[in-house]
Amino acid sequence: MPSATSDARVLIQSLSRAYAATPTNLKIIDLYVVFAVATALVQVAYMGLVGTFPFNSFLSGVLSCIGTAVLAVCLRIQVNKDNKEFKDLPPERAFADFVLCNLVLHLVIMNFLG
Amino acid sequence: MAEPEVSSAASAGGWRLRNAFGGVLCAFTLLLIGVLAFSIRLFSVIKYESVIHEFDPYFNFRVTQFLSKNGIYEFWNWFDDRTWYPLGRVIGGTVYPGLTLTAGTIWWLLNSLNIPLSVETVCVFTAPIFSANASWATYLLTKEAKGTGAGLMAAAILAMVPSYISRSVAGSYDNEAVAIFALIFTFYLYVKTLNTGSLFYATLNALSYFYMVCSWGGYTFIINLIPMHVLLCIVTGRYSSRLYIAYAPLVILGTLLAALVPVVGFNAVMTSEHFASFLVFIILHVVALVYYIKGLLTPRLFKVAMTFVITVGLTYASKYIPIIASVSEHQPPTWPSYFMDINVLAFLIPAGIISCFLPLSDASSFMVLYLVTAVYFSGVMVRLMLVLAPAACILSGIALSAAFDVLTRSIKFQLSKLFDDSPAASGDSSPESSSAGTVNTNSTKSESRTEKSETAPKEKPSKKNRKKEKEVAESVPVRPKKEKRLLVLPFELSVMGILLLIVLGGFYVVHCVWAAAEAYSAPSIVLTSRNRDGLHVFDDFREAYGWLSHNTDVDDKVASWWDYGYQTTAMANRTVIVDNNTWNNTHIATVGTAMSSPEKAAWEIFNSLDVKYVLVVFGGLVGYPSDDINKFLWMVRIGGGVFPHIKEADYLRDGNYRVDAQATPTMLNCLMYKLCYYRFVETDGKGYDRVRGYEIGKKHFKLTHFEEVFTTHHWMVRIYKLKPQKNRVRGKLKKLKSNSKTSSTLAAGQKKNPWQ
Repeated sequence: MPSATSDARVLIQSLSRAYAATPTNLKIIDLYVVFAVATALVQVAYMGLVGTFPFNSFLSGVLSCIGTAVLAVCLRIQVNKDNKEFKDLPPERAFADFVLCNLVLHLVIMNFLG
Repeated sequence: MAEPEVSSAASAGGWRLRNAFGGVLCAFTLLLIGVLAFSIRLFSVIKYESVIHEFDPYFNFRVTQFLSKNGIYEFWNWFDDRTWYPLGRVIGGTVYPGLTLTAGTIWWLLNSLNIPLSVETVCVFTAPIFSANASWATYLLTKEAKGTGAGLMAAAILAMVPSYISRSVAGSYDNEAVAIFALIFTFYLYVKTLNTGSLFYATLNALSYFYMVCSWGGYTFIINLIPMHVLLCIVTGRYSSRLYIAYAPLVILGTLLAALVPVVGFNAVMTSEHFASFLVFIILHVVALVYYIKGLLTPRLFKVAMTFVITVGLTYASKYIPIIASVSEHQPPTWPSYFMDINVLAFLIPAGIISCFLPLSDASSFMVLYLVTAVYFSGVMVRLMLVLAPAACILSGIALSAAFDVLTRSIKFQLSKLFDDSPAASGDSSPESSSAGTVNTNSTKSESRTEKSETAPKEKPSKKNRKKEKEVAESVPVRPKKEKRLLVLPFELSVMGILLLIVLGGFYVVHCVWAAAEAYSAPSIVLTSRNRDGLHVFDDFREAYGWLSHNTDVDDKVASWWDYGYQTTAMANRTVIVDNNTWNNTHIATVGTAMSSPEKAAWEIFNSLDVKYVLVVFGGLVGYPSDDINKFLWMVRIGGGVFPHIKEADYLRDGNYRVDAQATPTMLNCLMYKLCYYRFVETDGKGYDRVRGYEIGKKHFKLTHFEEVFTTHHWMVRIYKLKPQKNRVRGKLKKLKSNSKTSSTLAAGQKKNPWQ
């Protein structure tokens, strides 16, 4: 028992230490991802309160949050300097792809919002 | 030291020239493959005429006509009241719009360029154009998996494979014509994203998936195969960040885009067919998180974290297991149909599977998975052999290309040994590329030997794309020894092998052309037969529809069995009661009951539906086997399934449907019998039915409630009109008495006819 809690504490400490070492731009992207997922959860909670009636609006709202979170994670993967697979990819290109994909996503969302 | 540098520079320049020439040759071969794919599908246009085939394409054609006349907003909101009278059908919400929008766009584009092609011409030729596109997409897909050589081979094979030809001849204007192209193109973009990890291709992938959802109900194959492949990659330890980029945006964007299509709507998130993609989405995120944390922590702490998570998480994981329902409604195929449809490819596929494993990459594992699932599904439903065709072609292309690779390499090696007497030591002895499976152009191999001779391509059939270099018998330095032992076969064996493979390809081509010309080019609306005088054409269907459109009012309703619904609305432009969409079983059962009832009861049923004309198809005079009498048992069964007063046993004599003297009285009195055989005895005096093979039972009879208005030239289509109700009903008192009798017999437990 005590080993478990002390293990957990060591675990959390090392995790936070390792995470603090990541560069700032990646931390900003992580914050954006957390924000998007939180928004999605808020929408789901609201749906639980008032019901699903305009279901397409609910779907498009939640999926737009999750979609932009996923795309931000993809951007983070491509921009991360520790990733050996993407070291030839200029970060501007990664950001341009991110913007394009978000454009398509939000075009579809606005069409589906109803 | 200087000599190798100079020679390497020269070889680099020569290599670039050869590369450019190879590129031009490749493009030219692709163009020829496109032309081949287009022209092999034109047999029906040459043999018959440029006409739309079968039944379903007529519906698509009518929808495209409406789109071209009224524009896209009208089409999107179209409620069709000329079919399924009096229910109507919401076209905008129940049709897959991809095909009609594609053909409509092509027509509009051509017309705005002042090329006045009619809608019918565009519809007839849409399928061959898109099969050319599909073979180019196959080239791209196979190139991503195995290289250019395999790509060209697979494209050439797909251009001709009979299974795909059967659903995409000129005139077969059906969803599969466009959907197979969308399928292959989506797979290509997925594999490309997997190989490059570019978000741009992921976006294109989602858009191509949207096009597939618009076109065909078979899009569920894609949205289940790709998650399976992702799962396979995770399980075999091939997880990478490119996998995440390839899959996660596709799920979100793809679900949204699929929900945009009205036919799919909310099914995109609520039916079991899509659950696999969501489940794998969650699994992928879990795996990605695990890898991320693994990167952050030391191995010991990672083990601690894992034990933590597993003990807590296992309790939740066992609750949600999606069920992917697979429904098999059609017949499973037989072995001969496999050989007919994919021919030689059937035994090239296992070789292709083996070749995919040397070496195994993400893309080649995708190919193998696609093939295995396609084989399973094609074994369940013969219509899904069409989905197997691209996979079979790709793997056969890979196999053939690898075989040619080995054989030509052997020939080159043996030839070079032949021309070289002494093994002269050369400066550069860079080892050949050691991976046995790469099928690049000769450039990499030629880099290793410096050649002073000019390269000249040998003459070869158009299927092969790789250049072979003829070595001049001068002093040609050759590699002293290979670093890695590659497979080299003896010279005669290689030559024989190449010749035999070419002969095999020749058999394949001959079979495909024969299948396209004879087996799959029948438009089925025009029939032909050969007799001593030559070709005899039966154009009865169009004759009947033409008569209907010229001799009846626009608002008249025509009742027939559902097979002919689409053709009647498209060609005769009259309202029908039931058509090929078969979405309402009770309505079809009503028509079936009417066809199986005696004349008076049938008249009552048809009158309640405002029907004016009844159309039956009869093949007894000329021997056309798929006429309504042969389909009659389905009318009885479907009608009896909904209205229990129709009992199938009443129509059977010893378990068989008969229409000769042995037939049951119910059979001889039903409307279908009477409408088909009315005045039939006048043709030859005996009433001999060529399809059934015997003389009919009741030969001389009159119709009381119907009158014949038209019979086509070969008696294949017969049209009858409902006689109006009599003004005076004689014997009214008798009718009252019989009514009281029926109400008393009801107590005995007889089934009540709802129309009396």
